[in-house]
Amino acid sequence: MTRPRHHFLLLYALMTMLLATACRHDDVIYIPETVEIARPEFTAVQGLLVLNEGNMNMNKASLDYYSYQYGSYTRDIYSFANPRATKGLGDVGNDLGIYGSKLYAVINCSNKVEVMDKFSIERIGQINIPNCRYICFYRGYAYVTSYAGPVEINPTYTQRGYVAKIDTATLKVVATCTVGFQPDGLDVAGNRLYVANSGGYMVPNYENTLSVIDLDTFTEVNRIPLAINLHHVRADRRGVLWVTSRGDYYDTDAKLLAYDTRKQRIVADFALSALSLWFDADTLYAIGTRWSNLEAEPTLDHTYAKINTANLSMITDRFITDGTDTDIAVPYGVAVNPISGDVYVADAKDYITPGTLHCYDNTGHRLWSVRTGDIPAHFAFLGDIYEQP
Amino acid sequence: MPKALLTIVAILLTVCPLAGGSTPADSSAYARVGSGTASIDSMQYLRGITVLGQKPYAEVIPAQTLSGARLRQLDSHSVADALRYFSGIQLKDYGGVGGLKTVDIRSMGSNHMGVFYDGIQLGNAQNGQVDLGRFSLYDVDDIALYNGQKSDILQPARDYGTSGQIYIRPRTPRFAPAQHNNLSASVATGSFGLIRPALRWEHRFSRHVSASVSGDWTYATGEYRFRYRQLFSDGTVAWDTTATRHNGDLHALRMEAALYGSTDNGTWNARAYYYNSKRGIPGAIVSNVWKMAQRQWDRNFFVQGSWQQRISERYTLLARAKYARDYLRYHNPDTTLMYVDNRFWQDEIYVTTAHRITILPDWDASLSADYQWNYLNSTMVNFAYPTRHTAMVAIATAYTLRTLKVMASGLLTAVHDRSTDRNNGVVLQQRRTWRTRLTPSVALSWQPTTLIDLNLRAFYKRAFRMPTFNDLYYTDIGNASLRPETATQYNIGVQYDLHTEAALQLLRVQADAYYNLVDDKIIAIPTGSGQYRWTMTNIGRVRIRGIDTNLRLRLLIGRVGLETTLAYTYQRAQDYSHPEDSGDGGTYRGQIAYVPRHSGSVAAHLSWRGFNLDYSFIYVGERYHTSANIHANYEQPWYTHDLGAGYTLPLSARCKATAILQVSNLFNQQYDVIHNYPMPGRNYRFTLKFDLQ
Repeated sequence: MTRPRHHFLLLYALMTMLLATACRHDDVIYIPETVEIARPEFTAVQGLLVLNEGNMNMNKASLDYYSYQYGSYTRDIYSFANPRATKGLGDVGNDLGIYGSKLYAVINCSNKVEVMDKFSIERIGQINIPNCRYICFYRGYAYVTSYAGPVEINPTYTQRGYVAKIDTATLKVVATCTVGFQPDGLDVAGNRLYVANSGGYMVPNYENTLSVIDLDTFTEVNRIPLAINLHHVRADRRGVLWVTSRGDYYDTDAKLLAYDTRKQRIVADFALSALSLWFDADTLYAIGTRWSNLEAEPTLDHTYAKINTANLSMITDRFITDGTDTDIAVPYGVAVNPISGDVYVADAKDYITPGTLHCYDNTGHRLWSVRTGDIPAHFAFLGDIYEQP
Repeated sequence: MPKALLTIVAILLTVCPLAGGSTPADSSAYARVGSGTASIDSMQYLRGITVLGQKPYAEVIPAQTLSGARLRQLDSHSVADALRYFSGIQLKDYGGVGGLKTVDIRSMGSNHMGVFYDGIQLGNAQNGQVDLGRFSLYDVDDIALYNGQKSDILQPARDYGTSGQIYIRPRTPRFAPAQHNNLSASVATGSFGLIRPALRWEHRFSRHVSASVSGDWTYATGEYRFRYRQLFSDGTVAWDTTATRHNGDLHALRMEAALYGSTDNGTWNARAYYYNSKRGIPGAIVSNVWKMAQRQWDRNFFVQGSWQQRISERYTLLARAKYARDYLRYHNPDTTLMYVDNRFWQDEIYVTTAHRITILPDWDASLSADYQWNYLNSTMVNFAYPTRHTAMVAIATAYTLRTLKVMASGLLTAVHDRSTDRNNGVVLQQRRTWRTRLTPSVALSWQPTTLIDLNLRAFYKRAFRMPTFNDLYYTDIGNASLRPETATQYNIGVQYDLHTEAALQLLRVQADAYYNLVDDKIIAIPTGSGQYRWTMTNIGRVRIRGIDTNLRLRLLIGRVGLETTLAYTYQRAQDYSHPEDSGDGGTYRGQIAYVPRHSGSVAAHLSWRGFNLDYSFIYVGERYHTSANIHANYEQPWYTHDLGAGYTLPLSARCKATAILQVSNLFNQQYDVIHNYPMPGRNYRFTLKFDLQ
């Protein structure tokens, strides 16, 4: 009888010890982690803000900050700057932009645009826009695309998207303009706003047009058919729109198009899948992955392209030259420091674990890499560098 | 080879009616082995095949079971609630009455777990997921959980095919002498706006044939309050939010009818099951979104039959068949999101025969063959309309040499899939795929000395899970070239039992150490070509080392009975999928999502005359919600205390009333099992039940 009792007591003691050391504790705002990764650099570019999307339903959108003066990378600065924000920055950060003194983060699945002070990252306000996607700025207004426009049942359920016009002084939506189905990227060229309609919810009936909005009347004045499932549209300084098409993942491939708004025609066409674009003067950086549902074994074919926007020619489709591109699982975002020319490429990895930010010099050699939040994707440079209209 | 396998299956399946014509042998060996368990039972069909043979077969690897009074206390709860008490189990619970609840054994993934209802596996070829929240304990005799496999060799081939099994045994009619009817009616109510009336009627037609009809209807608003808060490091509140969980309502109807029969040397039963529900999907709580609108409808129907016959002293036959049809509709009417209204229909046909031959008194061998057909239809765009034929043949043998028991089996599975790739209504290609696998298992149990009741045990088992139809063919995400995901298990264990005539009636100590390998694990990876675009791959690898310990005590002091169980599990389940992702915040060798290193439970059941008192404590240690074990992915431990009290009052010789009051999560802990899915705080349930004989 005695031995089993000892067993019991021993187990009981172990159990008690375990429970005493393994209790819940309060969820405390914790100090962001900072890592030093590079030598300090003193230019007009003070910092790089990185918006991590966070996978859907995880509520893990976050902001990271690379400080050039300190050569240090700090993760999750939003939570620390805004400890009172209930449930943090939100679910799926989809776009990031700086205009004036403010930083705007489009939080897709939290149905809001979070507005912060660009230096302190302290929250100034939020603009509720359901299923908001991308943002651009022009003459005191921010323009945000949303998938959630008017619903029609004719005979089946359809829902068009819209563009919200936001006064950046009051942070109020002052006007909306209905566009095509599931509008994504948008940009301004010559007092007109161009919106890429994707039709991503309408599979297989994708959209194939750009919506053209006259900014004086804020009404859609034209549709330009280009290619199916449009994603980004970015205007260069010559008034040429660089537009990406995702294709249908079957027999229509993704591509990058250049549409000249003055000549009103496509002036260049590149067979590449571009998930992220960035202008550096007359150079366009485009990265992405080609994907087809039809291949027997899925292969991920990455592109790191550099395009000369002046003569519309491809400079290279492998701007990472030292072979370190094999470390990247899923290239998801690109940015270029306007002064040093350093290139930043975000690796989203498997979408559910922390990503990596890689920095390359302008010859394509890797300088450093750092862990980010989940799905690093969108960038904004902080400093005295913006020439915004 | 796959064709040859199909032929074998076909031959074995047709052998069954011929065998049935053989002469029954003497019935003396077929005794009512277990009828001593309850004296009121004048007739008891013991369909648990472990007791039907010539000798009560002691299990090589024993199961964890929940039955009797403890199970009755949980009457109004679901099977998922009961499984929380078992060691080695991780329950994934999305919260609330209607929230999805699945289990995962020893971190191998819920798709490696077979859930068997009345002897036949509940299939879901679409996503491999069986929602255990839908099976109520009201109509259940016992639940058994097996690691590896059930230690009986007279079982269908499919029973050898999973790494762990849950057997839910629905209630079998039992009648008092000279009685022909039993009636039981109950109603449960409590938190979440729950009301669940249930009715069960049992009838005996003759000494050999009886029937049961039962049903219950559940309604719940599913609403409960939850609280999230965060503090500053000095302890002051940063934010603190209490909100109500919405869109968790549930309307469900279950109806079941069964026939039970016995022949001279055998038993048979037939069952029809119907479940119809509509529910809200409460969704994740994220910033600025506190309410969801997604809805789901389910309709599950099956008919199944089982027949077991001892044809001769040396030969026993088991035959089973099932037809199931499942309907699922998922609707997202939320105008801020993509409008979705998808419907899915699944069909399944399953037949099996198993044959056991006693070669020597201590040596049995068996052969079983199964055939299964699955089809999935949907309203989705570009749907693949997959069809699957599965043929399985298993051979097994069990040998006893004094105190050494050995069991070995081999299972050959061949799966043929057919699907169509479409884009925009145009057929692009037809796919046909064969997949074959041979999976063995060996189990040993040895009692070194007959002086004390100490048993040593060990098993090795390989099993695999087929990619589900969703893994393979889900429009735009599926990957038709997936290989099956394999799980290899090694286990050693020890069990010590002490039975005494004194107050301490039973003391049982068990410990198992195990090492599992999951290879070709099917996981989603992003395609990188746009947001939320994923595909399925076989790149996952997981290594799991663990220890399960269990202590059980049964005391009887005067008329007070006390039964306590302590369970503790240690698990190190590491992700070996991405060797390149090691180091700072990497996933390589990280503990996989939602698996705690430490978990355990304490349960105590006190009975005195008609009173029953129950207390349980469940502990799940700290976890991470991905294999990157960093602070940002940290999940707090959670532990809940549940208390229940019941009283049974005999109203007359043939009628009794039972009242049960339960309080769950007594200390109102606010916790998430799954990140952003808040669980209910303290909640109550009251059940009133009448039994009439």
